[in-house]
Amino acid sequence: MYAFDYFRPSTLAEAAQLLASNPEAKLLAGGQTYIPTLKQRLAKPSALIDLAHIAELRGISEEAGGLTIGAMTRHAEVAASPVVKRVIPALAALAEEIGDPQVRNRGTLGGSIANNDPAADYPAAVLGLGATVRTSKGRAIAADDFFTGMFETALEPDEIITAVHFPKPEKAGYAKFPNPASRYAIVGVFVAKTAAGVRVAVTGAAPCVFRATAIEQALQSAWSEAAIDGVRIDPANLNSDIHASAEYRAHLITVMAKRALRAAG
Amino acid sequence: MRISMTVNGKPVSGDVEPRTLLVEFLRNHLGLTGTHVGCDTSQCGCCVVHVDGESVKSCTMLAVQADGRSVTTIEGLAKDGELHPLQKAFHEHHGLQCGFCTPGMIMSAADLLNRNPDPSEQEVREWLEGNLCRCTGYHNIVKAILAAAQSMRAMARAAE
Repeated sequence: MYAFDYFRPSTLAEAAQLLASNPEAKLLAGGQTYIPTLKQRLAKPSALIDLAHIAELRGISEEAGGLTIGAMTRHAEVAASPVVKRVIPALAALAEEIGDPQVRNRGTLGGSIANNDPAADYPAAVLGLGATVRTSKGRAIAADDFFTGMFETALEPDEIITAVHFPKPEKAGYAKFPNPASRYAIVGVFVAKTAAGVRVAVTGAAPCVFRATAIEQALQSAWSEAAIDGVRIDPANLNSDIHASAEYRAHLITVMAKRALRAAG
Repeated sequence: MRISMTVNGKPVSGDVEPRTLLVEFLRNHLGLTGTHVGCDTSQCGCCVVHVDGESVKSCTMLAVQADGRSVTTIEGLAKDGELHPLQKAFHEHHGLQCGFCTPGMIMSAADLLNRNPDPSEQEVREWLEGNLCRCTGYHNIVKAILAAAQSMRAMARAAE
């Protein structure tokens, strides 16, 4: 690791001020991606701003029938939360499948979506549920506008995620075909039946999480596995790597969508 | 930067660079070499310790992040010269071959048994997702953890 300074703010305002005055600084959430990145010397921040001591970034609460989860809430907390299990059980189940227990004890919701790894789990839930990302600049960014590309989001350089609001779906489910070594999704599909219609978000398959509109339309007409039978996903814009070809991923999307549907009930 | 924490029940402090990993602080500053570094890429779990009672990879946490917190390493599990039931069970059931992954396996399993005193074999295997044994000795590791769970439940009942 290259050397860096370390700041430990105790309020969001202090963290935002530190970030604004140190343009080469980076925010540290759970560090389960960023610390390995630093160890490989793939990043050289001037300073780390540790968000772990900011109480206002933590916690799970019910709001407007849905859930509001603080950015620094860890995966293990979401997975074990009775409130999450009751209001959006698919979200608790997704959190339980991230990485391994030690990663879940440190990794956070805000860290995951700010990083926007193409194969991460949380972006699929945020996009699939039509969640809203709240920030230190008072913005409420719709999931459809938040994930803009590979490791890219709509966040400004000096903007901090404070919480994510998830509306309660009528039904939701997530199914992933994990890479057996990393547990990242080779393909992960989140399906949700919401008041505004069916939403289907796919992670792991392309450079950025995306909505599978063909599956959405099929499920809109009938919420059943059979409805997906006729859907063919075009592999043209999907990832090909040592783990799976684009054609294989295209096939997996419909298979995982069916499993997600089964999980949703 | 000056940091202080409790390690295996004792207050410790030291001067570290912000980039010092928790595992480096434990091994190099405190001489607690029971916590191993196996992969350096946050995958193998040899470096698992408890921070405030929860298992974490100490190679994927900065020492400054553990400032003010309570850390338990493999050296802190035995009490009054008596091995922890997990340590005993790994010994009795030969839950190790080369032994390199063992401290991480035991610290990870201890977290599982704190949360779930009666896990199924499947739950044990799923929990060990973050711990690699390159000798592939998982069978006896799982057996040892299930045996330890049983003896810890018996001890808890006896104490009631």
